[in-house]
Amino acid sequence: MTDGREPVLQVRNLVKHFPLTQGILFKRQVGAVRAVDGISFDLYQGETLGIVGESGCGKSTVAKLLMMLERATAGEVFYKGQDITKLSGRALKAVRRNIQMVFQDPYTSLNPRMTVGDIIGETFEIHPEVAPKGDRRRKVQELLDVVGLNPEYINRYPHQFSGGQRQRIGIARGLALNPEIIICDEPVSALDVSVQAQVINLMEKLQDEFDLSYVFIAHDLSIVRHISDRVGVMYLGKMVEIGSDEEIYDHPTHPYTQALLSAVPVPDPEAREGRERIILSGDVPSPANPPSGCRFRTRCWKAQDKCATEVPLLAVPERFKDTDSPVAHESACHFAEESATTARPGAARASATRG
Amino acid sequence: MTTTERTAGATGRRVEDGSGVPLLEVRDLHVEFRTREGVARAVNGVNYSVGAGETLAVLGESGSGKSVTAQAIMGILDTPPGRIPKGEILFRGRDLLKASPEERRKVRGRKIAMIFQDALSSLNPVLSVGYQLGEMFRVHQGLSRKDARARAIELMDRVRIPAAKERVGDYPHQFSGGMRQRIMIAMALALEPDLIIADEPTTALDVTVQAQVMDLLAELQREYDMGLILITHDLGVVAGVADRIAVMYAGRIVETAPVHELYKRPAHPYTQGLLDSVPRLGPAPHPGSGRRELRVIKGLPPDLTRIPSGCAFHPRCPRAREMCRVGEPLLYRVPGERRSACYFWKEVVGD
Repeated sequence: MTDGREPVLQVRNLVKHFPLTQGILFKRQVGAVRAVDGISFDLYQGETLGIVGESGCGKSTVAKLLMMLERATAGEVFYKGQDITKLSGRALKAVRRNIQMVFQDPYTSLNPRMTVGDIIGETFEIHPEVAPKGDRRRKVQELLDVVGLNPEYINRYPHQFSGGQRQRIGIARGLALNPEIIICDEPVSALDVSVQAQVINLMEKLQDEFDLSYVFIAHDLSIVRHISDRVGVMYLGKMVEIGSDEEIYDHPTHPYTQALLSAVPVPDPEAREGRERIILSGDVPSPANPPSGCRFRTRCWKAQDKCATEVPLLAVPERFKDTDSPVAHESACHFAEESATTARPGAARASATRG
Repeated sequence: MTTTERTAGATGRRVEDGSGVPLLEVRDLHVEFRTREGVARAVNGVNYSVGAGETLAVLGESGSGKSVTAQAIMGILDTPPGRIPKGEILFRGRDLLKASPEERRKVRGRKIAMIFQDALSSLNPVLSVGYQLGEMFRVHQGLSRKDARARAIELMDRVRIPAAKERVGDYPHQFSGGMRQRIMIAMALALEPDLIIADEPTTALDVTVQAQVMDLLAELQREYDMGLILITHDLGVVAGVADRIAVMYAGRIVETAPVHELYKRPAHPYTQGLLDSVPRLGPAPHPGSGRRELRVIKGLPPDLTRIPSGCAFHPRCPRAREMCRVGEPLLYRVPGERRSACYFWKEVVGD
């Protein structure tokens, strides 16, 4: 689906370290939280790239870096060939018009003292070229209609809406400037199940209508599979595996992806009894002091000496390179294998269920 | 609620002890809150029962009354503004709502314990976890500080917190989310209660940790042969551990069923809608057909100060007919130890 298409966004070795300082007056840096540590991916026109990972893996920091809400420590983000991490002032403002964001929590991301009309209309104050002054009210009403809200609600305040409706307002705000890319950071995780589906359907409809590209960040693997064309899996500031949704969900080769997928609670008691679950032991290590070599090795049942010394690169594993099967996708593991248990069945199960 | 027959356990497991009395039985419970907008009827006639060793999952969206029911059972409802105008909560046949505050305190923690959703805000940040765990023993059993501390270490071991001895003096913020939830579980287990109410115990956790915590909970339940009421909105979590499920909507139970039947053939349109609206992890049913639009339940859950007449679900229900607007459906008996509060349950099951 990505053949011959130009990527709209190219991310190369993106790094964000948050310094840890000591001292009150004379602060000296004693270390750094490596929230994002060298991430590369492409986003193509009209596609949805899902990014999944547990809390603390850096996925929200990636969102902020793409929006330039945080300055990257190193690396580049190319929007149509232009590196936006070096931009500032007017040039940055022009780029931001095309990259918009929908935030996680519709309860805190809307100003409670502004009406819906002001919240959505504010974008036109910053980018007046999109809608001339007299035209703004009509434009806002149009947007409300597009996201399935009654245009007459323009003078209401956020508290008069339910969670799902508020998220629609957030989406309308993201759409106001006709962007090409929308970065969605956990857009439905604060919503009830029956409302989630409504918002997901709306986002898919809008994508088809306006040919939008989405970066869809979420921790819910089922929703990401539903909406994404390609999926990247993050662990502790690194991308560990990336590929099409089929490649990642049906043929994962990285042990972390395999464990993550097997831990997802499936709403079907029968399918559950049949499948094998890998329960990882322990917690995610601190990003201020990540393990050497492969960052997943402390929780991995396949870990060997090599994993502690050599950082595995995100690439198509050598032995799958010539095959045409879905197994051949980028995976950052020295021992990439399709099934978690074929290599050493007994050992894998024993150490993995220690829980 | 007009149903006179009570729902019995449906799993073939021990629901009643020798005396024929279930461990906990909630009968026709009503809870309302006085608000500026009027009286919010959070719970409107809930009936359920749990036996020893049984897991009942209470499933519902926010505002369905699932947590309020639990708070009423525990006796930690804020009154006022809350009020229980009607109903009985029978614990081993004794009505807790008629018991004195003194008697209730003896039941709370010792017989019925609760695990809360957000471990970070449920633990006291300025006291060490060892002190907070030991408090259970000091208050209820009058142990000395030293003995209580030893018991706290024992408990931390039991919920598999590594290096319990060294970590007993640590404060809540020094633990990760999963470990904190284990401490909450340890605290609930401390006095070996007969019944544990877990209110969204894994909602704040990541999937890999969630699986660890749910497994631990299920294992401890088997070990102690406790009854467990699992309150959640996650259809996935429920499928793995529950024996029986009660689905709540607008303060009422709309369907109860053994777990397999509920997922295979829901008997209430709301349950059916919920199951249809969650995206599945597996490959699309028709490969190549592109993305399938998710089926949704239209509209929003009702405002509890203005619950619709008749069946509360009728404004959102694809099957609603005239009679749904007028009369409130009973919890009808459905073959297979199930119940459904829908006039047209036959059609729903037949789908």
